[in-house]
Amino acid sequence: MRITQGTFSYLPDLTDQEITGQLGYALRQGWALSVEFTDDPHPRNNYWDMWGLPMFDLPDAAGVLHEIHRCRRAYPDSYIRVSAYDSRQGRQTVALSFLVNRPAIEPGLRPV
Amino acid sequence: MTVRPGFALSRPGPAQAGDQEPAVPEPLADDATVDVETERAGSRVGEILDSLDTDLVGLEPVKTRIKEIAALLLVDRARSRFGLPGMGTAGPPSLHMCFTGNPGTGKTTVALRMAELLHRLGYLRRGHVVSVTRDDLVGQYVGHTAPKTRDAIIRAMGGVLFIDEAYYLYRAENERDYGQESIEILLQYMENHRADLVVIMAGYAERMEAFFASNPGMSSRIAHHLEFPDYSLDELAAIGELMLREQRYRLSAAAQATFRDYLARRMTQPRFANARSVRNALERARLRHANRLIAAGGALGKDDLMRLEPADFLASRVFGDRSRAS
Repeated sequence: MRITQGTFSYLPDLTDQEITGQLGYALRQGWALSVEFTDDPHPRNNYWDMWGLPMFDLPDAAGVLHEIHRCRRAYPDSYIRVSAYDSRQGRQTVALSFLVNRPAIEPGLRPV
Repeated sequence: MTVRPGFALSRPGPAQAGDQEPAVPEPLADDATVDVETERAGSRVGEILDSLDTDLVGLEPVKTRIKEIAALLLVDRARSRFGLPGMGTAGPPSLHMCFTGNPGTGKTTVALRMAELLHRLGYLRRGHVVSVTRDDLVGQYVGHTAPKTRDAIIRAMGGVLFIDEAYYLYRAENERDYGQESIEILLQYMENHRADLVVIMAGYAERMEAFFASNPGMSSRIAHHLEFPDYSLDELAAIGELMLREQRYRLSAAAQATFRDYLARRMTQPRFANARSVRNALERARLRHANRLIAAGGALGKDDLMRLEPADFLASRVFGDRSRAS
């Protein structure tokens, strides 16, 4: 079962170039990006594992894409998502979040 | 930015210039021509090359090399307009650099200019400079070095990684030093991420020589070795004038002669650090200038506040003999 979660999830999987474009947009808005992965994509699972710390001081998308590649290499059979956190006062929330990797065979949701 | 924070969907405003992804135009026909001047003006490279000429005194070999690099990138851009292999297609040219020279010869300053130049030429997407030293790259225990080095590199992507005093990375006397690991990671990224990253190493000539001798792979991956020559007396005096003008000070006619005399004496002394010594000398002259004005008391005009007199320099220990005599 194909999991649809986060932005763009009804579209075909994003290519690296499209991901770079989205990352560039997030960085231009001043959002901090982070990479997370999990084997349990249930909507009620809030606790995805962090791939390193959120990249608060990264000015360029190439660095984030590089981290995504490293995460994919390490966990090819996981769901990996990128979250963009807007730290402005009054917002302080995740502003954009989308999947960048999914397992070859998606088993669907486990009961939580 | 004046966008009101909130949860409502906000329409993105007009994107800032330079942020947009460059559009790929149709390749030109074989008999078309590209005007070099418009290309130059379009990238505003001329501006920065001119400012290099006016703001930096001396350094002729460095300026020549920078102009060559600028020319290469411009030609590459023109080539890619015709669909010829250029920056984008044939793999970007390797632009890792090594700056060698004595203290205070302007290595850091030129690195900052270089980043901006490469950004204007479209080689770097951001053109920011991440300045690191051994502390930022090498860890303290096993397994600490790789993430640390990688962090610094990833932060610098799209810009310049400036490694000051790079020879400290390698400590020949300690074979278990983690510096070697850092160098290996660095090499790997320098090779594989040429489009994203320009590494500039800086250091004193002899020690960089020793560093490259023990890391031949590093030397061969750096395409441009730039030598920063020491400044002559005239150049140092011009640098001093430039620094004073930036801070809105000036030398009186008598003080100009004294200042040159000071520089000539200082150059022969140990631990002379070129432009840095000039800056320090001027800082101390400003101290004495302020002190002299306060001691004299009375009304001060704008000119008094700007003008440095010979006395402000003569009190220096460089003129040790004379001040003792008077």
